[in-house]
Amino acid sequence: MVKTEMISENSKQNIVFMITRAATFFSVVVLFLVFMFVFMEGAAVININFLTKMWSHSDIRQGGIFPALVGSVFLGMGVAIVSIPIGIGTAIYLNEYAKNNLFTRSIKLAIRNLAGIPSIIYGLFGLSFFVLFLQLGTSLVAASLTLGVMTLPWIITASEEALKAVPLSFREGSYALGASKWQTIRGNVLPHSWSGMLTGSILGISRAMGETAPIIVVGATFFMSYLPTSPFDKFMALPYHTFILATQHSSQYARGYALGTALVLICLTFILNLGVFIIRYKLRKKKEW
Amino acid sequence: MTTEKVKINFEKFNCWYAEKRILFDINLKIHPNNITALIGPSGCGKSTLLRCINRMNDLITNCKVQGRAYYDKILIHDQSTDVVALRKKIGMVFQKPNPFPMSIFDNVAYGLRVQNIKDKHTLQKIVQQSLEKAELWNEVKDRLHLPAFKLSGGQQQRLCIARALAVKPDILLLDEPCSALDPIATAKIETLLQKLKEEMTVIIVTHNMQQAKRISDYTCYLLNGKVIEYSPTQEIFNHPKHTLTREYLNGEFG
Repeated sequence: MVKTEMISENSKQNIVFMITRAATFFSVVVLFLVFMFVFMEGAAVININFLTKMWSHSDIRQGGIFPALVGSVFLGMGVAIVSIPIGIGTAIYLNEYAKNNLFTRSIKLAIRNLAGIPSIIYGLFGLSFFVLFLQLGTSLVAASLTLGVMTLPWIITASEEALKAVPLSFREGSYALGASKWQTIRGNVLPHSWSGMLTGSILGISRAMGETAPIIVVGATFFMSYLPTSPFDKFMALPYHTFILATQHSSQYARGYALGTALVLICLTFILNLGVFIIRYKLRKKKEW
Repeated sequence: MTTEKVKINFEKFNCWYAEKRILFDINLKIHPNNITALIGPSGCGKSTLLRCINRMNDLITNCKVQGRAYYDKILIHDQSTDVVALRKKIGMVFQKPNPFPMSIFDNVAYGLRVQNIKDKHTLQKIVQQSLEKAELWNEVKDRLHLPAFKLSGGQQQRLCIARALAVKPDILLLDEPCSALDPIATAKIETLLQKLKEEMTVIIVTHNMQQAKRISDYTCYLLNGKVIEYSPTQEIFNHPKHTLTREYLNGEFG
């Protein structure tokens, strides 16, 4: 105790700042290195052919990743269709309609815990429930449902936060004017929270699009010579394609192509995040309370 | 004060928040076309009493009421009472101005749109009338489509009054409407309320005893959830019957 008192408060705070600064530096450098690693080798293989041609398994330099790109985009859309309405609906019910009692609180807690379950568990659930029990087969629709279920907890939690951020005084003011509960929610709560809900939803979907483990189990395939023609077809997807190229392919060019595919996936995620950024920016400009 | 008509009638009315009893056997008759002031120290239950008139107490979890409260012939807290219709008849203005994050026009039109009034001319007419009644029209007529947050605090509160008036209420409840305002903005609202009582019944919760004295016709003094004294304002301020009232009005406690 005597020793610590000999260090002045000023040097103490300098030490803390130094440590946090070093931590920040480390994070930034690591992220930069990851991106550079993917970019340096990956960018070399990206060209129009790479993005728009069908996959050629025997000679990978002849083909492109078009089916994997399309598969991932379809998958993202499928996940959005499944998880956004259900997730936002759940959040509205839990936050606006459900009584704040022990039962509701336990449900909310359970939903938050679901967000921590490893994705492969969702994959196994999808396999036994959607693929086998509902007989959807290993397909785009089974994968969309599986990833959709996996994304729900994020969307619900983010949407709840967005709803909670709307001040009580808006609701009170609306009720006092003779508005019904639904009119209040529609006219005075949702308009101020949909941006937050959408932000959470997009982030959840972009995370789902990067998942590899669950889709291997429920429908992604490493080689298709055609694009999926129906929701019940199998599909190729960018993360799984990257995995195959990096670990299973014998071609000497496979490594570069794996990184190229990874770079496309990063860009796809980046575009979605850019969308989130724009929504946030507009929201902040509009928000005045 | 010859009028014996009754607009709101509390009969042995009680209210609890969970286990905590807030109101004790309230008996109170509020007369139409008057301003009634509810005064009393913080936590005495005056805001709760006000919120029980338009059933805003429904929004509080675990709020329980017992006894009867009538609005004209309507039993306010009856299961079968249409809360939405009730709140159209009984408008409310809150302590902190709470304009919605939309334009001045849309704020005033909100209560009308909720009733599915969509005709532009009707909306424009009522919005103008309401803003005129709230003495705000001249200040905002050129900028109706600006966000309501651009207005000053006093203007925002008059906007909230205009918004309540647009629905053509029969009763206007005000919960310390001037506590966040400066004296000039307060004076404007007081003048406005004097005019409004010709058309409706005004009930105001206030911490400011001078305000109660200046504007109200009846004053009700509440303490610890009980009505201590309720009389015409002149009487209660000049000749308080109850010792507790006298102590409070003299600033000896509270």
